[in-house]
Amino acid sequence: MRNKLVLKFPQSLLDKPIISTVVKRFDLDFNILHAQTKPEGLLILEISGTDENYNAAIKYLENLKVNMQPLSKDIIRDENKCTNCSACIPHCPTQSLFIEDRKTMKVGFDPEKCIACEACIPVCPYKAMSLKL
Amino acid sequence: MPKTYEEINKKIKNNEAVVLRADEFIELVDKKGLKEAAKEVDVVTTATFGPMCSSGLFINFGHSNPKIKSGGGEAYINEVPAYTGLAAVDLYIGATACQWNDPRNQIHPGKFAYGGAHVIEDLAKGKDVRLKVHAYGTDCYPRKELDTWINIKDLNEAILYNPRNCYQNYNAAVNLSKKTIYTYMGTLKPSGENITYSSAGQLSPLLKDPLYKTIGIGTRIWLAGAQGYISWYGTQHNPNAERNNKDIPTGGAGTLAVVGNLKEMDAEYLRGTSMQGYGATLTVGIGVPIPLLDEEVAKYAAIKDEDISAPIVDYGNDYPICKSSDLGHVTYAELKSGKIKFKGKEVQTSSLSSYNKALEIAEKLKQEIKQGKFLLSRPAQLFPSSDTDKTQKPLNYKEPKKEIFQ
Ligand code: SF4
Ligand code: SF4
Repeated sequence: MRNKLVLKFPQSLLDKPIISTVVKRFDLDFNILHAQTKPEGLLILEISGTDENYNAAIKYLENLKVNMQPLSKDIIRDENKCTNCSACIPHCPTQSLFIEDRKTMKVGFDPEKCIACEACIPVCPYKAMSLKL
Repeated sequence: MPKTYEEINKKIKNNEAVVLRADEFIELVDKKGLKEAAKEVDVVTTATFGPMCSSGLFINFGHSNPKIKSGGGEAYINEVPAYTGLAAVDLYIGATACQWNDPRNQIHPGKFAYGGAHVIEDLAKGKDVRLKVHAYGTDCYPRKELDTWINIKDLNEAILYNPRNCYQNYNAAVNLSKKTIYTYMGTLKPSGENITYSSAGQLSPLLKDPLYKTIGIGTRIWLAGAQGYISWYGTQHNPNAERNNKDIPTGGAGTLAVVGNLKEMDAEYLRGTSMQGYGATLTVGIGVPIPLLDEEVAKYAAIKDEDISAPIVDYGNDYPICKSSDLGHVTYAELKSGKIKFKGKEVQTSSLSSYNKALEIAEKLKQEIKQGKFLLSRPAQLFPSSDTDKTQKPLNYKEPKKEIFQ
């Protein structure tokens, strides 16, 4: 099982080491895609492990009243529209959009890191970024 | 030994010209020294690819039967108003024109998804666009309404005419106000959180010929894939802007007016552009060859990002009220690194113009010259430079008499 999850934490849980507990107890691998504490606790994780452990971990988190949703949206870049200007880069919170090579100033896009926050869509002057429905 | 335009063109025709992109020429000068490099190389290609609001298109759409006189009437292309104050079936459509029913900034920030610039891109792509004309009718032009599809291949003329392109240098924009702002320099986060710029720096045409020794009226240029020309200096051309000790302007200075045949252009280098909260604009790809006539021209052509700096301007407070921001300068080398130190913290930098595309254009122009397809033209007249009194003036505001409004 491998899944990208958006976790929202109530304030009361913010100072608890929930994720490390989950990882240890259920033997899962995880990758933090995005983390913030303000204005609310928000964590976007990619979790992988056996089905059994994964489901047990989800149960544990549900019991703690952590709000969970699968990250199901996909952001795509239209390579024909992108001019490699870089206008989107400061607006991307996860460095999914980045300069690949400072000599050519080519702009790379790493969908693996993308959390589908959609911040890049309105700031791209060429409408190169969009939400795949 | 100085070279002449004729000598360089002869070499180009014989496929013998040595042509380098500006970035390659910089490397060569670093390796071999200016003298050697200037002797070896005939032409340096420069380019830029950025949003240029002062762009537009003249078209002649041909006479209908019965005839109509759009002049003095109203015309819309894909619902974007075109300027009709010309002869019977000539129109001008400007890049920043909005569709008549666009909500603009009433829902802030406006999207400006489709404007004059997008019409120009669609025409260049060979798409059909809808032309509507409302005329008052005359004895010789009786028709009052026209509603038809037009296509670039059917137009008599489609002439791109941009009164101001290719700014010699430009501001680096920051926003020191407390809210996000939406500008032609992109979306700027509050409290100086990001800085944007818009110049190809060491590849940008007028920065490689800062005193306009080879770039002038009549210079043949690469205009969105076609061979176009510099028709005049651009509006707001300001050769007397401040310059550093290498003669490079330390802010916006010279500009170009350019003209070319849209029918020969490649839509890849002519992009309808939507600046959130600001408006529509056209991103134009321009390449300008610099003939290395002598060592002085070569010295300027070898100017690097490290030597070119942009003033940091606060668009949140100062820019709208013509106040100069005393926030210092930053070089294009620093801007291109992705982050700079500003007011004691690290700030992300990003560009509106595309250096990557500018490189692509400089390379295309280089290949065309090497293959003998693009000859250089000597300017018919050079631009007013820093030895003239040409400047850029603010508006001389004169309060109208009140009774005009009563
Ligand atoms: S802002 Fe748009 S065009 Fe520019 S690099 Fe980002 S995705 Fe590409
Ligand atoms: S949606 Fe855009 S801004 Fe948000 S993480 Fe993905 S690439 Fe970055």
